Amino acid sequence: MAKKKPEMKMVRIYIMGKEYKVPAGLTIMKAMEYAGYRYIRGAGCRAGFCGACATVYRKEGDYKLYADLACQTTVEDGMWLVQLPFTPANKATYDLNKIKPDDKALVNFYPELARCVSCNTCTKACPQELDVMDYIQASLRGDIAKAAELSFDCIQCGLCAMRCPAEIAHYHVAQLARRLYGKYIAPKAKHLEERVKEIEEGKYDEEMRKMMKKSIEELREMYNSRDIEPEEEEEAKEAD
Amino acid sequence: MYPKEFEKSIRKVEETRDERLKKLPERMKEKEKEALLKKWHPDYKPEAKRKLKVGVSKGEIVPNEVADIIEAYPLIEPKEIDLSQVDYEADVLIIGGGGAGTAAALFAYYNGIKPENIIIATKLRHGDSNTIMAQGGIQAADKPNDSPLIHYLDVIGGGHFANKPELVARLVLDAPLIIKWHEELGVMYDKKPDGEMITIHGGGTSRKRMHSAKDYTGMEIMRVLRDEARNIGIKVLEFSPAIELLTDGNRVTGALLYNLETDQYYVVRAKAVVLATGGFGRLHIQGFPTTNHYGATADGLVIAYRLGAKLRDMDSVQYHPTGVAYPEQIVGLLVTEKVRGLGAQPVNVDGEQFVHPLEPRDVEAAAIIRECYGRNKGVVTPTGMRGVWLDSPMIEIIHGKGTIERRLGAMFRMFKRFGIDMREEPILVFPTLHYQNGGIEINENAQVLGINGPIEALFAAGEVEGGVHGKNRLMGNSLLDTQVFGRIAGINAAKYAKKAKFGKLSLEHVEKYIEELKKAKIKKERKAPILLPDYRGKQVLSRAIDIL
Repeated sequence: MAKKKPEMKMVRIYIMGKEYKVPAGLTIMKAMEYAGYRYIRGAGCRAGFCGACATVYRKEGDYKLYADLACQTTVEDGMWLVQLPFTPANKATYDLNKIKPDDKALVNFYPELARCVSCNTCTKACPQELDVMDYIQASLRGDIAKAAELSFDCIQCGLCAMRCPAEIAHYHVAQLARRLYGKYIAPKAKHLEERVKEIEEGKYDEEMRKMMKKSIEELREMYNSRDIEPEEEEEAKEAD
Repeated sequence: MYPKEFEKSIRKVEETRDERLKKLPERMKEKEKEALLKKWHPDYKPEAKRKLKVGVSKGEIVPNEVADIIEAYPLIEPKEIDLSQVDYEADVLIIGGGGAGTAAALFAYYNGIKPENIIIATKLRHGDSNTIMAQGGIQAADKPNDSPLIHYLDVIGGGHFANKPELVARLVLDAPLIIKWHEELGVMYDKKPDGEMITIHGGGTSRKRMHSAKDYTGMEIMRVLRDEARNIGIKVLEFSPAIELLTDGNRVTGALLYNLETDQYYVVRAKAVVLATGGFGRLHIQGFPTTNHYGATADGLVIAYRLGAKLRDMDSVQYHPTGVAYPEQIVGLLVTEKVRGLGAQPVNVDGEQFVHPLEPRDVEAAAIIRECYGRNKGVVTPTGMRGVWLDSPMIEIIHGKGTIERRLGAMFRMFKRFGIDMREEPILVFPTLHYQNGGIEINENAQVLGINGPIEALFAAGEVEGGVHGKNRLMGNSLLDTQVFGRIAGINAAKYAKKAKFGKLSLEHVEKYIEELKKAKIKKERKAPILLPDYRGKQVLSRAIDIL
């Protein structure tokens, strides 16, 4: 089954300025490991969800400073790179139950929002390609729902905050926006409330006790003949 | 971008699409499932496992890679450790900073432990865990056509009836409570305009009860819990994994931590300890790639076993049916089951269906392996790997344009980064190592069980513990497990700590374990917990010398 191994093509990368030759086609993360680095910081989920491997780099002959995730970016020949495994940024401390989700809520906790100069550097730095500046502007306007929606895919890597000339900690602002949205603005699930009430009243306790006592044979019989909710019944119109 | 040689096969997938939209393959009968699993599921290979030679679960069969870390010497020489100087004190010490650990910390706080008396010690950063990577969703029976009893049946049937009933009952009864708690904390679940949760099927569910937050469900839950822990001021020690537990001979009294960056050890004295260290994906059982995070090396399992914690269902490993098979850069990463939940069908190299898209995970995985290696109907990649198509463009035919970006944003982004547009082209998948179905045994109070019942002052939650999922976990029940048992562990650890005093600190159990290892003639070189995998290039390692 396995085909003949093709000749391994190598590229040069510069890890903090030092040259290494690594196989083409690896991610930055795997290339650094190939070169001999063993991560303690700078690697987390290795799949683009945790933001541990924020990396900045330049390419030869290109003035631009790029920002990406090491685990989700393929190495290129002549890449000069360094990881930024930590971002110093102050998070506001709050009791969500005591916040009024009005148009001042975000600015009250993060007054530096007003320093935004709309330069869009944060958006350019975002490895998730989010409209970071737009959610910062929405936060400044007090549009919590918009800020929550636009920032939803944020992995909190901190690259926006490291590049921002106005020294905003974007991802912390977004975290507050989303929690306010989830708690106060999104409509509550009534069916959930009803089910919780039923459970707390012990509605299922007796049946559950009986269920737990059933033999494997009885359970197998029930399992194999259980009815399965049909696939087709499409959820009507979705939110958003 | 797909290589040229895939083109013919992709065209076939496109050609059969309209027909396939009309009809799904039948679900397998129990007998068919059994035969398929036996022949094709990696778990049913006897040579990949062996009997444990030491400890309370001596004689139990576990994967070789697990036996290797269980039958291994400690990282420390107990006599060289100075336990007289205590670095930290906590009423409740939580080992592990993922979903289970953070839920435990919050519930310890809700139950009367001051934040300054709670410590989360974690190997990487707070939140670095499999929780943050969980995409598809979290199950809870909260719709009118569903009930915790139906959920119970799905869990126990999916688990091949090997689950502990009292744990399953807690899992399903507490599920709606957890979702409600999340709602109050501000977790942004997917909802309809009237507030109704948008729920879909997962493999092996008989009701649509999969709640999600796009395909960032775990990340959304994790970042909210972490934000809450930070607001409350719970102390977190990052890059400080536990390398042993400490006892006074009768109960757990603390833990020994190791600062990965300075090599220093810390002695922590605690009234109650919660183990929430997660699973074993990074052991790469049978050489499989994994969906798991960098730190998933089963440390908690190792140190609890030395103390006498029993193992259960450790013979069973979950291979997620759909890991990435192409491109090479992301091989093994998770393609969430939600992709199938939304209508994408697995099809072979000729564009033919070969299995219902939503069988339980072990069945689905075995069917894909059979298609590739038994029937030779897989797609071969340039590196010689095989895979089957997951026909993702079907999703937008069924649910409308824009669905993939809206509900599978993470998946869409991942493939786009490597030049593949899953709205237009199918994606190539093959099973990948995903989950530790078993673990250290707990009871319904999240107490860790030894040979003579609960081990005093030790609790466990999440992937490290076993019994909840039997021999096969269903999608959406692991996030739920972290939250349900994290909560229970936090509540009970708090209760216990309020009545307890600090105890003496000793590593006697470790010394005893070393004696047992020697008697069993275990090789000295083998040490555990391994803490982190080593992926350094072979050439570098062959010439590495340890000087500094």
